[in-house]
Amino acid sequence: MDDEGASIVSWIRAHLADIAIKIAVLVALVAFWWWATARAQSLFFPTPDTVFESLWNDWLTNWSESWRENFGPSLKRLLLGFGLAAIVSIVMGVAIGRSSTFGDYVEPIIHFVRAIPPPAFLPLFIILLGIGDLQKVVLIAIGVFPPILLNTIDGVRSIDPQQFDTADVFQISTRRRITHVILPAAAPKIFAGLRISMSIAVILMVISELFAATDGLGFRILQTSRQFQYVQLWAGIVVLGIVGTVLNGLLVVVERRVLRWSRV
Amino acid sequence: MEQGVTSSTIDPTRPPPLLEAHDVHHTYGIGTREAHNALGGISFCVKQGEFVSIVGPSGCGKTTLLRCLSGLMKPTSGTVSLDGAAISSVPAELTLVFQDYSRSLYPWLRVADNVDFPLKDARLSKSERAERVAQALADVGLTDHTTKYPRQLSGGMQQRVAIARALAYRPAMLLMDEPYASVDAQTRASLEDVLLDVWERRNKTILFVTHDIDESVYLADRVLVLSRGPSRVIADIAVDIARPRDQIETKATPEFVELRAEVARLIRDAGSGAET
Repeated sequence: MDDEGASIVSWIRAHLADIAIKIAVLVALVAFWWWATARAQSLFFPTPDTVFESLWNDWLTNWSESWRENFGPSLKRLLLGFGLAAIVSIVMGVAIGRSSTFGDYVEPIIHFVRAIPPPAFLPLFIILLGIGDLQKVVLIAIGVFPPILLNTIDGVRSIDPQQFDTADVFQISTRRRITHVILPAAAPKIFAGLRISMSIAVILMVISELFAATDGLGFRILQTSRQFQYVQLWAGIVVLGIVGTVLNGLLVVVERRVLRWSRV
Repeated sequence: MEQGVTSSTIDPTRPPPLLEAHDVHHTYGIGTREAHNALGGISFCVKQGEFVSIVGPSGCGKTTLLRCLSGLMKPTSGTVSLDGAAISSVPAELTLVFQDYSRSLYPWLRVADNVDFPLKDARLSKSERAERVAQALADVGLTDHTTKYPRQLSGGMQQRVAIARALAYRPAMLLMDEPYASVDAQTRASLEDVLLDVWERRNKTILFVTHDIDESVYLADRVLVLSRGPSRVIADIAVDIARPRDQIETKATPEFVELRAEVARLIRDAGSGAET
């Protein structure tokens, strides 16, 4: 465990060469992008300076509008779908993982549902649930829940039986057995499922906003494409990359904090 | 959680032994071709405040016996009673220290939280709990490591945490399943003395299962010797060696040497003869 603050400086010092190489690679990549697009002179492949300019002008300078029209609706759908699916699948996963007979019946079904590409549900959901947020949230939740559920089941199944014997011997109540034994023991696997699901959630959020949407990040990309604003289109793609990276980063921060014990 | 005590009959004129096993049999996989008879009718009792060792040849069903005694497992037949009441599940007044501390401690709880964990269900006040945790950790010499995670400690220290957790729980009866089998010899000796010290100061009743003959004699008031499976108690040997005991002095006394030879002989004969 490292102390924040003072150790950041020493960390940077220790990894200086590593950081320098990473920055150099990034710079080289952008330079190549620049060189290739400048040479190509293509309408569809704008040079990076115009893309960054668009990021600044179209996204950052009118931040409140971007937030209201694009970030806000998208993040709401994503977090609702992801959060609901996570809660439901962790609860179900604990129940299934603790009951071998129930699990044996249910697991093949989950594997089948997992095999269906979630966007295949989209036309059906548009008919059943309309074109509002509900349809998009449900689509995200459907795609997100199998990895979390299967990982939770796996995590709960692989808990050492002696941990339950210990709980028996010390008369631990059922509630605390779930919150303090089962969930922490399965947490490493649950977080693995959450990380897989977060990338799926971002993908499905964009897909759902490419069809029958009036706002959101995916809608904005679609709109710029329809209006032949290819610079803005690329800026939107970069923004989505940033959003995905930030969401994953936040999840990793939470995971590090919760699973601190496993890295000692 | 149920207490696991089905009836309570305490005769004031003749107090019953604290733990009593009566004709306990256990067969795994009854009715199958792989049926394995582990316990063949075990009877014995442990009095309040006694330190009793159980020793036997390897694979004689010691762990099966402890699981039956602690209520984690129901024996095929026979009864186990604690304080005069037959037990059907783990009684609140009893606890068990497992051999494998690394699987029994909760790695996500710090040392003090592991010790405190069982106390939160026992309806104790916060200060009472804190006091018990501090005392138990002091008893096993871990006061300086309360905020570490178990994995940051050596094997011997982890087993001390497991013992402290059992002590803080303050059971009437403490069962120990080969608790020192996976620590090195020097750590084992020091943990034996830690346990004897706590037993004497805190007036505990301990049933200690081991495969180490020296350990069984050194620690106990009585040594029960088990036969090879299906195991029975083949000898109940009183250890009349003065306390406090000392790893070097006690083990050099003629009584100790004689007793350990007697137990060793019994185990050797039990190990060679009972193969049927």
